[in-house]
Amino acid sequence: MMDATTVIFYILAALILGSGMLAVSTRKIFRAAIYLLFSLTGIAGLYFWMQYEFLAAVQIIVYVGGIVVLIIFSIFLTQTSGMDMPAALKSRKLFAALAVICGFLLTATQISQHGFVGSGIQAADTGVRAIGHAMLNTGEGGFALPFEVVSILLLSAMIGCIVIAIKNPERS
Amino acid sequence: MSPVGLNHILFLSSALFFIGVYGFLTRRNLVTLLMSIELILNSVNINFVAFNKYLYPENLDGLFFSIFIIAIAAAEAAVAIAIIINLYRSHQSIDVEDADSLRY
Repeated sequence: MMDATTVIFYILAALILGSGMLAVSTRKIFRAAIYLLFSLTGIAGLYFWMQYEFLAAVQIIVYVGGIVVLIIFSIFLTQTSGMDMPAALKSRKLFAALAVICGFLLTATQISQHGFVGSGIQAADTGVRAIGHAMLNTGEGGFALPFEVVSILLLSAMIGCIVIAIKNPERS
Repeated sequence: MSPVGLNHILFLSSALFFIGVYGFLTRRNLVTLLMSIELILNSVNINFVAFNKYLYPENLDGLFFSIFIIAIAAAEAAVAIAIIINLYRSHQSIDVEDADSLRY
């Protein structure tokens, strides 16, 4: 008999894998973006299921609210979204599927044969307060340096995007 | 049926990883390649979080890895889309087969 947690996990897994598979196989590019949206939302649900609420919120804000919207805008700027994309070659599809299935079987056997041993120590607090303290902590178990490095990376990515995508007036 | 544990989540994330790899190998449009990369990055995030929850719950390292990966993925997607838009302006196409100006 399955309890509710197990049922919810399998529903989330079916949502993630099903919409992920449709996202890589559909020939309409806009539909691929929408299927990707469902897959990323399912992953946010999986984070909720694992009780990492803050990470689930970050996933929804950054991926669903940011990256997918960015992808949809780039589709509108560069594609005629109603048309089908040209299908991949049959041989390329076949060999890609073969490589992927072999890789998955290899990984699956490794996972099922490896006995994972947990540390068994009391779980840490995963609330927003604990995450915030750890993120700005410069001492033991603190993540202040990567936090600052990522902020500089985001700044440089922002400037880089503007420089790359800006329209050059004398060239056009 | 055994209760859902680390193994189930690892199967899920490796399946998602290989779905992303399949898309990466078969697609020829740069925007869909970017979508496949996002799927791959997400499967890595699931792995980090699952290992953190089931093996080392006493500290938050996996959670922070995931948060930083999400931030870097956002930066990567923004730069990639800027490059795609620039490429579309110069080549009128974002098919990978047409982007061969640097080949010779």
